[in-house]
Amino acid sequence: MSPAKDTYPTAPLHAIQDNRGQEPRLLAAGPDAGLEQHLDTFGPWEPNAAGAGLLEALGEAGLTGRGGAAFETWRKATAAAGSGRKGLFAARPVVIANGAEGEPLSFKDRTLLAHAPHLVIDGLAALAAALGGASMYVYAPAAGLPRVQQAIGERPRGNRIRVVQAPETFISGESSAVVNMIGNGNAVPTDQRRRLSESGLNGRPTLVVNVETLAQVALIARYGAQWFRQAGTAADPGTRLVSVSGPAPVRDVVLEVPGGAQLSAVLQEAGMDPAALSAVLVGGYHGRWVRPAAHALSPVGPPDRTARPGAGVIHALDLQTCGIQATARIVSYLADQSARQCGPCMFGLPAMASVLNRIAGGETNPRLASELDRLGRLVSGRGACRHPEGTTGLVSSALEVFAADFRAHLSGYCTGPGGAAA
Amino acid sequence: MKTHLHIDWTSCDGRGLCAELLPGVLDRDDWGYPVARGKTGRDRTDVPLRDADREAAQEAVFLCPKLALSLLDGRTPEPGTRVPGR
Repeated sequence: MSPAKDTYPTAPLHAIQDNRGQEPRLLAAGPDAGLEQHLDTFGPWEPNAAGAGLLEALGEAGLTGRGGAAFETWRKATAAAGSGRKGLFAARPVVIANGAEGEPLSFKDRTLLAHAPHLVIDGLAALAAALGGASMYVYAPAAGLPRVQQAIGERPRGNRIRVVQAPETFISGESSAVVNMIGNGNAVPTDQRRRLSESGLNGRPTLVVNVETLAQVALIARYGAQWFRQAGTAADPGTRLVSVSGPAPVRDVVLEVPGGAQLSAVLQEAGMDPAALSAVLVGGYHGRWVRPAAHALSPVGPPDRTARPGAGVIHALDLQTCGIQATARIVSYLADQSARQCGPCMFGLPAMASVLNRIAGGETNPRLASELDRLGRLVSGRGACRHPEGTTGLVSSALEVFAADFRAHLSGYCTGPGGAAA
Repeated sequence: MKTHLHIDWTSCDGRGLCAELLPGVLDRDDWGYPVARGKTGRDRTDVPLRDADREAAQEAVFLCPKLALSLLDGRTPEPGTRVPGR
């Protein structure tokens, strides 16, 4: 985990207004917003007001999960609502606000929980009400808990919400790991033979929702689907928070950007010149490298012109940094973060990291690149969670984007001035 | 309805009996774990079966020493939406 950062985006939010006219939505109540400030900004509100119509509104809004998978929120919620009603003894569903953010380059969920915890709790309460009175949990890393507990304490019926600490591991936020941690204290993914929406926490229909997604749910419950769609594009409506980081002296910053925002515009808002960057990691460690060209940030669209934001991570490399060495470090980390439950992940990721490190370190065996490709194809699709595929996707984007650097390394030199190949 | 052979990777220990019983369906990887032949993505965890392989698959399910296999009959496997790190 990276150390805590002061990431409240005061200045950049104003800069965004200059660019796309995007007013802050999620962080509109300002820094450290308490309940009073929250209600003053967003207006009074009652969680049951939206009722079962909320799921329909979420569908009309086209809200997708902001935790990485970008799955349609209404579809997920409707599945949990439906299975709760099935069977002889209707099991009360569970809604879990997922604030685990094991991705080292992600800090937008932490920022949101610190500054707008009430919006997250509103969304949690609204979804729980729409599911006919589901149990509520907030799952977040230790650093975020005091602020969440304080906010819960300010709420009239806050004691109904249970809080569980998320361990600081990369996979602790995977939905079945979340359920496993709350139920059994073991934050590793479980086999996915049964859907969590059918049988999750203690066998109950369970909905694990990222905290930013819940904050968006709260806004849709208040202002409706049409308001939500005033930002973003038809294919990627609304706004999203992005955690943007780059070469020094760029400060890590959280920005709220409209759906379909241009990557280059986002980089500029964070204080970077796209021309002075060699590559940008979009979507985080399970995302992909792109050259900072004309990419739109959107979960849907052609791959040559669209970069999937995943959990909203954008990390830029300067021209002096070797992309292969950067990728080798990331893959070594990901291999180390395997839960060591599934063979292909437990053995395959360290093998990939080893090959990448050999190339990064200057070994000139021409077979290494194809071996990396082979290992990637071997592990993908084979695990309880998507850790192997996510890692493979990153590596294959590196093979593509840094193709010239790979050729250079394998013939004995590194194209980056900071490189150290033989 | 299509039958799938589900592999629980958290239980699988790479003993290889399944690959012996289903040589046309499963191969073994560098470390001895089963790999569905000619399949990509989620089809490698929920392996679609031809009717002709169903009996052998049933036997693999019964004989797997780690109880890592099961048949999904007429059930659509879960889409691969489980993203770690978030």
